[in-house]
Amino acid sequence: MVKDMRGTAGATAAEDTASGTASPPPGRREAVARAVHDGVAFLRRKVRAGELGSLPVVLVLAVVWITFQSLNANFLSPRNLSNLSVDIVGTGLIAVGIVFVLLLGELDLSVGSISGLAAAVFAVLNVTNGVPEWLALIVAVLSGTAAGTVQGYSIARTRVPAFVITLAGLLTWNGIMLAILGSSGTVNLDENGLVAKLTSYYFTNDAVAYGVAALAAGAVFAVTDLDRRRRRAVGMPHRSLRAVVVRAGGIAVIAFTAAYLLNRFQGLPLALLIFLVLVAGLDILLRHTHYGRQVYAVGGSVDAARRASLNVTWVQTSVLAVSGTMAAIGGLFLASRITSVSQSSGTGVLLINAIAAAVIGGTSLFGGRGTTWTAVLGMLVIQSIASGMAITDTPPAAQFVITGGVLFAAVVIDALSRRSQEAHGRA
Amino acid sequence: MPDPPLLALRGVCKRYGVVEVLTDIELEIHSGQVVALLGDNGAGKSTLVKVISGVTLPERGVIEWQGRAVHIRRPHDARDLGIATVFQDLALCGNLDVVANLFLGREIRRYGFLDEMEMERRTRQLLARLTRRVPDLRGPVAALSSGQRQTVAIARSLLGEPRILLLDEPTAALGFEQTSEVLDLVDRLREHGMGVLLISHNMGDVKALADRAAVLRLGRNNGFFDVNTASQEQIISSITGATENVPRRPASREAGW
Repeated sequence: MVKDMRGTAGATAAEDTASGTASPPPGRREAVARAVHDGVAFLRRKVRAGELGSLPVVLVLAVVWITFQSLNANFLSPRNLSNLSVDIVGTGLIAVGIVFVLLLGELDLSVGSISGLAAAVFAVLNVTNGVPEWLALIVAVLSGTAAGTVQGYSIARTRVPAFVITLAGLLTWNGIMLAILGSSGTVNLDENGLVAKLTSYYFTNDAVAYGVAALAAGAVFAVTDLDRRRRRAVGMPHRSLRAVVVRAGGIAVIAFTAAYLLNRFQGLPLALLIFLVLVAGLDILLRHTHYGRQVYAVGGSVDAARRASLNVTWVQTSVLAVSGTMAAIGGLFLASRITSVSQSSGTGVLLINAIAAAVIGGTSLFGGRGTTWTAVLGMLVIQSIASGMAITDTPPAAQFVITGGVLFAAVVIDALSRRSQEAHGRA
Repeated sequence: MPDPPLLALRGVCKRYGVVEVLTDIELEIHSGQVVALLGDNGAGKSTLVKVISGVTLPERGVIEWQGRAVHIRRPHDARDLGIATVFQDLALCGNLDVVANLFLGREIRRYGFLDEMEMERRTRQLLARLTRRVPDLRGPVAALSSGQRQTVAIARSLLGEPRILLLDEPTAALGFEQTSEVLDLVDRLREHGMGVLLISHNMGDVKALADRAAVLRLGRNNGFFDVNTASQEQIISSITGATENVPRRPASREAGW
């Protein structure tokens, strides 16, 4: 094993010299020193250029976890972490939709109402009117898509800022939800139904969690290694094999640790699996397809996007449609968690939490920067604080203040990194 | 004349309402030549660029492409002919990297996904041809210097392999070193046989780079100069209107260049 590692290290050193600066074959200590030096230089460049990425939020998450773990040893227990992983899903899915809207530099205030509307549509169709679950589910999700599309098209055509249009939406969709729910006010869902299962089903077989972890790490390795080989074949700068292994290895460590912990409670939650698959899928959509590139371009500069003959109206409409769809799916997960839909569904701090999650995770309020994974990270921070507060019997007042403080810090970091990016450009 | 000019304007007129912005404009651009377009504010330089790049339509006059009369009704038409324009604001997305900006709206795809490797390879090739110092291709464009951004914008316009490049004030916002970088680039384009129309306020740039200068004054031609022989004073007095060089028979003057 050790010999093997040395072999790859030697090979990568050779590749490094081939692709970059020609330097004499380094000794082991020099290699380490150079790696550290490169790392620091890379980090410094990133910080100077205002590209902190997810570094701050990971640090915040570490601080939150260490703090609560030292206050209560049960915080990082498999049970609590497993519950945490299910609790983040509902709001997290809504936050993923918010990421899309934030990438345009806009804000969607209607997602809370849309999530409530979708839950109400499902409950009334399925429970009250006996429509089959699968059909009610599809109609509920599509109602979110439709609401988002209407808003998006209005924004694109009228050029009124999205937060105004979606503020009108917030009221409208909420009103429609109340009308749909009618006088009864609360509808209880079937405890053993499809939607209830969304958050109550666990893959109790250990192999599932480990299999998913292996699949994820394997896929990352396969894709990055393929890219490396293609680049090397045409003599372009490329990652070293070591970098590819480190990257996939890092993901493997995280995935397998999570799988191990989840298996020590009830196994992989279905909700978490769906969440991660959706986040990964939408991340690929955003960063590796023509469509996603258009979203980032419109978020960066509408004028430049128009000059490059992109269809800005379509981009804005579709992004709001995505956000509405994700809000609807999130609403169903939230309803699933409490197996009921009431007049208060989709109201309260839900909207604030979803937006805060995206921003805390590192998605810029100014548009054009961020990924769907930021919603996961931000949601982890918010839910960790909530869960830690509950476990340590802290009053909710403190929870709001602390979450508010984290959000404030996230926005300040965003603004500062943007400014330093501009300053860097001028330098 | 052995070769017809790549692009020629004959008697082009353009009016906005009652204001005649361009009157009987004559202009020729040959391949491998840099023509400077000079003039005071409001002389009609920008309108002329818009006419050539298809943003606005002229009322009268003929545009000839390689000796053949053509109609440029939309930006698309100009691009199809082989006319690329770099506007003053560059129209780059600051949050995207160099590769993404270059290929924005015409991404190369592989199995339905963006083929980043191929796009980066072509970007690298193109930029290596244009500039000595290839910028960081994977950082956001906002983090580049203004000179580098200008280079990126020019590189983007070159992707369609145009024959003529219109540059609107490419050096206006640049420092000394960056200016010379961009001028170097334009020089290379000329060596590759491109025709360049350079709009500039900077006489230094014009003297250093241009082969010929066309001066506009109040929407009319006010003289054509061979930059190598004409003195700076001559050109400037033509810009300011101290000398009136409005040609009686424009076509013959053109031929006499």
